[in-house]
Amino acid sequence: MSTVYIPTPLRRLTAGASKLEVAGSSVGEVIQALEAEYPGIAEKVLDQDGQVKRFINVFRNDDEIRSLDGLNTQVQNSDRISIVPAMAGGCAQTN
Amino acid sequence: MAYLNRDQLVEKAKSEIEEMTARQLQNRLEAGDDVTVIDIRERDEFVQGHVLGATFIPRGFLELQVEAEQPDREQPVVLYCAGGVRSALAARNLKDMGYKNPISLIGGFNGWKNAGLPFKVPTVLSDAQQMRYSRHTMLPDVGEAGQIKLLDSSVLLIGAGGLGSPAAMYLAAAGIGRLGIVDYDTVDVSNLQRQLLHGEKDVGRPKIDSAADRLQDINPDVEVDGYNVPLRSFNAMDIISGYDLVLNGSDNFPTRYLVNDACRLLGKPLVDGSIFMFEGQVTIFDETGPCYRCLYPDPPPPGEVPSCAEAGVMGVLPGIVGSIQAVEAIKLIIGFGDSLIGRMLMVDTADMTVRILKVGQNPECPLCGDHPTVTELIDYEQFCGLPSLAEDLTMAPVPA
Repeated sequence: MSTVYIPTPLRRLTAGASKLEVAGSSVGEVIQALEAEYPGIAEKVLDQDGQVKRFINVFRNDDEIRSLDGLNTQVQNSDRISIVPAMAGGCAQTN
Repeated sequence: MAYLNRDQLVEKAKSEIEEMTARQLQNRLEAGDDVTVIDIRERDEFVQGHVLGATFIPRGFLELQVEAEQPDREQPVVLYCAGGVRSALAARNLKDMGYKNPISLIGGFNGWKNAGLPFKVPTVLSDAQQMRYSRHTMLPDVGEAGQIKLLDSSVLLIGAGGLGSPAAMYLAAAGIGRLGIVDYDTVDVSNLQRQLLHGEKDVGRPKIDSAADRLQDINPDVEVDGYNVPLRSFNAMDIISGYDLVLNGSDNFPTRYLVNDACRLLGKPLVDGSIFMFEGQVTIFDETGPCYRCLYPDPPPPGEVPSCAEAGVMGVLPGIVGSIQAVEAIKLIIGFGDSLIGRMLMVDTADMTVRILKVGQNPECPLCGDHPTVTELIDYEQFCGLPSLAEDLTMAPVPA
């Protein structure tokens, strides 16, 4: 089981959980396993072609998976998977 | 035990160490030799002029601070004073500390000057500045030279809101010479939960005005330029080009892409921070690492990622994230430590975890990749799927 860090905007789909233990031997499998447990997550992370959306980065441990093997990146027990979306907030009104 | 008089002590010290003439030292420096040169005179002597590249450690602090300057005892360390006497005695002490090759400059700084060799009259802190910044200057990584760099530097803050407030206040307190602030908003009572630049009495005022008042009160050394304009493609290059570094605290995607592109096109480092509810991200974009587009090639469709105004934000969070941005800006300006270039710091204040993730350049980045297609500023509202704004504000940006 790897540990998946759920970003704040997706926590409403995980009943508020910020960290989840998830099975799967690749990042893609981990996301599908998440989807099975918490429906709606995959749609938030992946685009229509099944690729990670371009305003989201997914990391295995410290490394972004595009620099590894994408969704096929292998996942071992005790790996950390981080889903990191772009955040706009700075709470200043500059526009 | 035999007593030594002053001259005998000096002669004994000189017999135990190496001495070097000004010309010999100059030759070694010109040859690019790795020689540590320390000026051990008193401050009032140092400020009259010193050898280029010399570090100032007054005699009384030499043994206490020399290891921070040159920890390798195998390396030569050249000491000089005014005439070569104090430096001989000091070099003798470095031998006791295990330095293999402490060298005293024959004739000291006077000999150097008389040989017609180049010297520098340094910018120094005034007495008042020495007191104000003493807790900085005593840090070995900052010192007086680092503090002077801060005073000579300029930082532009995008936004005087949640992130801009702590960042601006700490940067002003740190003595950044000139702070620019771009903000087109007025203070609202709902800002006061987190935007510490502004107070109850400022409600309704332009944020740049209340920010300038607060920052001048923190440190009158700092010049504050306020830009009470929206940051757009037509004015971003003009405004940003006047600063050494940019700190982003904006609250929307069009501005984030605009600031990223303008900074990259102008070669300005960008300390980026963003927050959402309990969570924050900080990283630095500059030419040696990725840009915002490398990380996030496309913005989310409008409405997909809620804003702070829609989802709320823990008031302390921007205090943490903006303060980290300020530390990173100060480190970049002075040039010490490991920066967040190529690394993204994630902080979650709900479960209180801090993580650092590696972020890299994307060879396919349209701005800084191998085949750039973005070579000038574009319409960022359109890029982010929003209605284009009429560019009717065509006046040149004027510091307010």
